Amino acid sequence: MNVTLYIWRQKNAHAKGKMEKYEARDLSPNMSFLEMLDVVNEDLITQGVEPIHFDHDCREGICGACSLVINGRPHGKQHATTTCELRMRHFKDGDTIYVEPFRAKAFPIVKDLTVDRGAMDRIMQAGGFVSVNTGGMPDANAIPISKKDSDTAMDAAACIGCGACVAACPNASAMLFVAAKVSHLAYLPQGKVEAKKRVQAIVSQMDKEGFGNCTNHLECEAACPKEISVKFIAKMNREYMRSSVVSK
Amino acid sequence: MKLDAQTPSGPLPEKWDKHRFEMKLVNPANKRKYSALVVGSGLAGASAAASLAELGYRVKCFCFQDSSRRAHSIGAQGGINAAKNYQNDGDSIYRLFFDTIKGGDFRSRESNTYRLAQVSNDIIDQCAAQGVPFAREYGGTLDNRSFGGAQVSRTFYARGQTGQQLLLGAYSALSRQIGLGNVEMHPRTEMQEVVLIDGHAKGIVVRNLATGKLESYAADAVILATGGYMRVFDLSTMGLQCNVTAAYRAYKKGAAFANPCYTQIHPTCIPHTGDYQSKLTLMSESLRNDGRIWVPKKHNDDRPPGQIPEDERDYYLERKYPSFGNLAPRDISSRSAKEACDDGRGVGPTKYGVYLDFADAINRLGKNVIEQRYGNLFDMYHLINDEDPYKVPMRIYPAAHYAMGGLWVDYNLMSTIPGLFVLGEANFSDHGANRLGASALMQGLADGYFVIPYTIGNYFARVGAQNISSDRKEFKEVEGQVDERIKKLFAINGKRTVESFHKELGQIMWEHCGMARNETGLKKALERIPALREEFWKDARVLGDTEGMNVTIERAGRVADFLEFAEIMCYDALDRKESCGAHFREEYQTEEGEALRNDKDFAYVSAWEFKGVGNKPELHKEKLEFESVELATRSYK
Ligand SMILES: Cc1cc2nc3c(=O)[nH]c(=O)nc-3n(C[C@H](O)[C@H](O)[C@H](O)COP(=O)(O)OP(=O)(O)OC[C@H]3O[C@@H](n4cnc5c(N)ncnc54)[C@H](O)[C@@H]3O)c2cc1C
Ligand code: FES
Repeated sequence: MNVTLYIWRQKNAHAKGKMEKYEARDLSPNMSFLEMLDVVNEDLITQGVEPIHFDHDCREGICGACSLVINGRPHGKQHATTTCELRMRHFKDGDTIYVEPFRAKAFPIVKDLTVDRGAMDRIMQAGGFVSVNTGGMPDANAIPISKKDSDTAMDAAACIGCGACVAACPNASAMLFVAAKVSHLAYLPQGKVEAKKRVQAIVSQMDKEGFGNCTNHLECEAACPKEISVKFIAKMNREYMRSSVVSK
Repeated sequence: MKLDAQTPSGPLPEKWDKHRFEMKLVNPANKRKYSALVVGSGLAGASAAASLAELGYRVKCFCFQDSSRRAHSIGAQGGINAAKNYQNDGDSIYRLFFDTIKGGDFRSRESNTYRLAQVSNDIIDQCAAQGVPFAREYGGTLDNRSFGGAQVSRTFYARGQTGQQLLLGAYSALSRQIGLGNVEMHPRTEMQEVVLIDGHAKGIVVRNLATGKLESYAADAVILATGGYMRVFDLSTMGLQCNVTAAYRAYKKGAAFANPCYTQIHPTCIPHTGDYQSKLTLMSESLRNDGRIWVPKKHNDDRPPGQIPEDERDYYLERKYPSFGNLAPRDISSRSAKEACDDGRGVGPTKYGVYLDFADAINRLGKNVIEQRYGNLFDMYHLINDEDPYKVPMRIYPAAHYAMGGLWVDYNLMSTIPGLFVLGEANFSDHGANRLGASALMQGLADGYFVIPYTIGNYFARVGAQNISSDRKEFKEVEGQVDERIKKLFAINGKRTVESFHKELGQIMWEHCGMARNETGLKKALERIPALREEFWKDARVLGDTEGMNVTIERAGRVADFLEFAEIMCYDALDRKESCGAHFREEYQTEEGEALRNDKDFAYVSAWEFKGVGNKPELHKEKLEFESVELATRSYK
């Protein structure tokens, strides 16, 4: 199959970027979307043109590195799929495909389709942890946790930190990401000890990083490759309210 | 070069305790005076960086991904072992130790492996305390599953993403220390060289991958936790950025490389389909708990699996290894799949595939249970292959997966360069010639949380704080060499893409130094690799410039290292005239085709010393002494 691509090229953070057109020919429907880009890049290199830069590593939907907006949607229109899991069979022969970076004020472009998502790390550094040092921990079975709570915590913890929720949100809000982090720990007894302090610290860092507000568009949930539910946003709001009442 | 394993004396179960008592300590008030550079933020690196910072050392941590949370450890699926014996099924520290030594075909160091089993339980406690959402039973206690090479259920897991959850635990501990200002984190930064001062590792030169600039960092010790080298095969289950550069450059500076030929080929991966393919996807070994592996008995049988009657199927693992069956260790399972396919009984379009069939399990347990256990893996398979594994058996084939070999380290995890420590998959120490499933996560976290915090203190206390500055001439010199090498790569200005060299190297290695090896093949590889390397330096195409991000120069540097490193793998495989674990030399097998070990001549660790590019490295041998286990023929029948 063949497709026509329009891809965002931008030399660095300060340069002006633009969409460039490329033709990708003789593709196999079994190829992944990134393998298709590999083929395009091999061609470009052979022609002496710098290849298209994009983040990727695991190529199986778990590291959260890949981060492309495909035809206007973060990770493309396929449900619950990262960019690297997309296959060419999800497209049609002759399709025109637009590829852009995850765009948000908090995600400056580094080059082409590569962005800097350090803001998400800094949110985690502000409070995304349980304050325990290494060593001397009680036996792992000492605190039983109901299967329901532990499964719910796991549902939230499944977030791969890709930032698709931010890229999908009209306000570029990081609410779903933050809610997943807060909820993961809030459902576990180990995390409850510092729950109030955590939610305050995380939310305040999120605001500092220039992410927008959540106005309930729910685009985040639709774009999330790991199907993180917006119910966690409600959970986080409850946690936040509770912590504010106490801290006043 | 002298190899001194520093193994403490005394009975095996007491060695670690005794050693911890004998090691020197750094007094809490003095810890701020010492600094460490941790290269790598996977399970080993992140746990080490966090733990050292908690103790009060000043730490800088480096990784090449855009975030430390994306280290390759994130991809681990199946689980992590520990000797908790929560299932009351006969597990113990000694059994975990014994299974690991036996699984490694008696080619690992007893003392290290025993310590690994000893600290395994602390790891689970630590992770639970961090909020790692391990799978649980209805009563609220932790659940376990079985993995290959063991007859007890000792594997802890978090759905199909144990690696991600454990790494997020370590990453959260690391994040906390970064937030507190105790760790300085450098993502998108690639170590280029270790800097030695008076023979000790005292710093590194790195390339900032976002700006392209070279930078120097000095410290009292350097820790490499840079992962494995399986991308030498090009196609593997590893993340695409994984590489051997950090370890290999340290080797060129004097760190011995141990057992490079011990490379694990994982039995359950999605088969290769076309030239465009960039990686091979692992289907967790946990699937073998419920899936049955088979091929048709008839050669070139083209019938769809559903039309092949039960008595015309060969459940070859169950037939050959009745007591372990589908849970036979990885090396054995992989080789059996290769044999079946080489014999013309493989399935799928390329005929290099075998079935992993869940029909029985679905009948017995119901689709729901299978979905609960493996849902995400089934979905992943469906997505990649466009076939529904609930309806038709999966097709799997072995793929390059894990490096047991790595930089040589002593009991303290220090390499032959004083002050250079190596943790996780990057070292060689615990898995011998074959690693059992769910043991890599355990080892990475053992090294980072529970070994290095003690042993690095001992080193610091012995050599004293030196407060070295990165302005010293030694740093400038190394920066100059790195810069020159990068310029040399740009100057090649050839026609062939770096990727195409990597692919060709991968084919050479897979063919001659893969699942089965022989003298003729290895010698051929030793002719082809230098020729390919020469062509690379004449004809590779590196574009752009040194300013800013440039993936072509990143890849060129890594592939150039693989093109040198591949040779020592072949030398090692050639030297080891026996079959053990994942190293199968066709010349050395039993009549039934099983690995034929030779303990009399080969019960040693091969540690290779660099002697110049293109020259044969020098072999040093660390003799393996077994005080506690008897060297038996490994049998899973
Ligand atoms: C698909 C898959 C599934 C697996 N499943 C399991 C499992 O279920 N159970 C199990 O026990 N094991 C499993 N393993 C093996 C296990 O995941 C790895 O062996 C382990 O995670 C390695 O951890 P590490 O910390 O040593 O290295 P890695 O996680 O590979 O981390 C290496 C780090 O070093 C950094 N780095 C490397 N070179 C440089 C450089 N030059 N400069 C700067 N930084 C550098 C990287 O950025 C990264 O942060 C699996 C492996 C794969 C591929
Ligand atoms: S490359 Fe890892 S999630 Fe896509």
